[in-house]
Amino acid sequence: MSPIVIILFIAIVILTLVITYFAAKRTQTTGDFYTAGGGLTGVQNGIAIAGDYLSAASFLGIAGAIALFGFDGFFYSIGFLIAYLVVLFLVAEPLRNLGKYTLADMINSRFDAKKVRGAAALSTITIVTFYMIAQLVGAGALIQLLFGLDYWLAVLIVGVMMTVYVLFGGMIATSWVQIVKAVLLMIGMIIMSFLVLLKFDFNIGQMFHDVKSATVHGADYLKPGLQYTQPLGTLSLMLALVLGTAGLPHILMRFFTVKDAKTARSSVITATWVIGIFYVLTLFLGFGAAAFVGYDAIIAANSGGNMAAPLLAQVLGGDILFAFISAVAFATILAVVAGLVLSGASAFAHDLYGEIVKKGKATEKEQMYAARYASLGVSVLAIVLALFAQYLNVAFLVSLAFCIAASANLPVILYTIYWKRFNTAGAVTAMLTGLFSALILVSLSPSVFSPVEGAALFVGEPIFPFSNPAIISVPLGFLGGYLGTILSKEADMRRFAEVSVKAHTGYKEEA
Amino acid sequence: MDMAVNQEYDKARDNGNTVDFEKAANSNAFKKLLEDRKKFILPLTIFFLIFYFLLPILTSYTTFLNTPAIGDISWVWIFAISQFAMTWILCTIYVKKANTFDEQAEQIVEEIKRGGDSK
Repeated sequence: MSPIVIILFIAIVILTLVITYFAAKRTQTTGDFYTAGGGLTGVQNGIAIAGDYLSAASFLGIAGAIALFGFDGFFYSIGFLIAYLVVLFLVAEPLRNLGKYTLADMINSRFDAKKVRGAAALSTITIVTFYMIAQLVGAGALIQLLFGLDYWLAVLIVGVMMTVYVLFGGMIATSWVQIVKAVLLMIGMIIMSFLVLLKFDFNIGQMFHDVKSATVHGADYLKPGLQYTQPLGTLSLMLALVLGTAGLPHILMRFFTVKDAKTARSSVITATWVIGIFYVLTLFLGFGAAAFVGYDAIIAANSGGNMAAPLLAQVLGGDILFAFISAVAFATILAVVAGLVLSGASAFAHDLYGEIVKKGKATEKEQMYAARYASLGVSVLAIVLALFAQYLNVAFLVSLAFCIAASANLPVILYTIYWKRFNTAGAVTAMLTGLFSALILVSLSPSVFSPVEGAALFVGEPIFPFSNPAIISVPLGFLGGYLGTILSKEADMRRFAEVSVKAHTGYKEEA
Repeated sequence: MDMAVNQEYDKARDNGNTVDFEKAANSNAFKKLLEDRKKFILPLTIFFLIFYFLLPILTSYTTFLNTPAIGDISWVWIFAISQFAMTWILCTIYVKKANTFDEQAEQIVEEIKRGGDSK
């Protein structure tokens, strides 16, 4: 690889490490480590949310999916964005009003039950792991392409770097890394979209006209149905995308980094604008890659299409743009992974260790050490799993994390805030039914079993027809919570009164 | 375990450390806030979910969105882009409305604090 690529790449990595170092000096207490001391403004936090959200799947994955499958790739952009309306309307503000550090805290504002906390921590760690494997697999492919390194070495480098970020910086570091990275990513997107439009003389009609004859699909490229041919399968995927965000632990955690519900609200608004613009631009990247890189070259670099955006950068702006976009993609993955590790570590250190093992008596220092050891543990686990997931599709892994979040977490979040009769038995059954139905259905799906050798983990007929099971597992999560609640006698209406008042007014006891 | 929690909770109430949330929850001001929020959020949520799912439903079961709208751009692309426009419009409407909810919530919090002191 040319020296420019390596120099620019290293420069951006050093820049983020420097920010991490300065942030580390400011991380004093447990609260700081988890939530940046509540000191971010709405706009800052919104950009950080966008930074967290625009992961390998959004940048590399969607650009590739649109390049290869036209309209069907754009489905991801739409679902990932509209998910923020669910967050804004139903979840963000009550969550801010109830939560402390983690999702389990919020649920426990209503139920002081260890089994609820345990179930929430379990689903958080599962979601984080799936999300993280996807990022590591994407990063591995990128570094493999850039430096010609072996895949395992590439994954190891990303893994070690993200661990350094989290161990030394905590949440302030990852918040600022997210902000820096979100800005760089948007700049990269805008430059590339501008160059693509330049090639089409800034005529969008011309662009549509040209891509019609640019791909192997011909006119079908602009029509839906190239990739998703089962109607219910498409709906299932769309359901996971739109409901998943409101249950993603590393996104929900960002609402605890601001001081009140109003700031949480303005965070979501900023995030929605940034993310929306980003996803509109994925269209130009996808079409650009389809027209100027070409189907065969994209497939040759990576069969999932994940290298479409970097390859397009090379065609449009030569080595310099290629290096810049690759470095931004790498920083993106690094930052997202750091955020993920942190929410996994919080679930472990705060919920499992702090509240269950130490029965809430762990000192701040003990918790902080536990969080750091947990970060290390979660990182090592993800690195090991990613080594075995080399041939799995990145977009599949991420949409699966969305599906688990929508099935296991969202029902409990909504019931906790809005349903008076809801109880601990309901909370535990909702989470476990959602989590395990999603996991079991996926393990029986076409992504795991395929009659074509090499297309999936095992050769055989899939028992479950859709690769994303949300259409079954989300209703099951809600049903589990409903049945678990009404079949057990326990009910505490007074506690709901408190939760409801706090959730909707933001009332807090003065400590 | 829930018994124990309830006992502790009652103890806290007896000590006067906790506000009477049931009273607050049953107050007219709070009921009105919930009602207003529901009246605003529920119809919009139903609307955007229908609008959203209409896209995959129409593309899966019909082909009429494939008819050209502007040159080579077919209606399916117009519908897809309109999803973005809808998101931004609903965000803006929500922020405007949420400010009135903030005022209502502030008054309720004031009321709780006064009630807590006089107890």
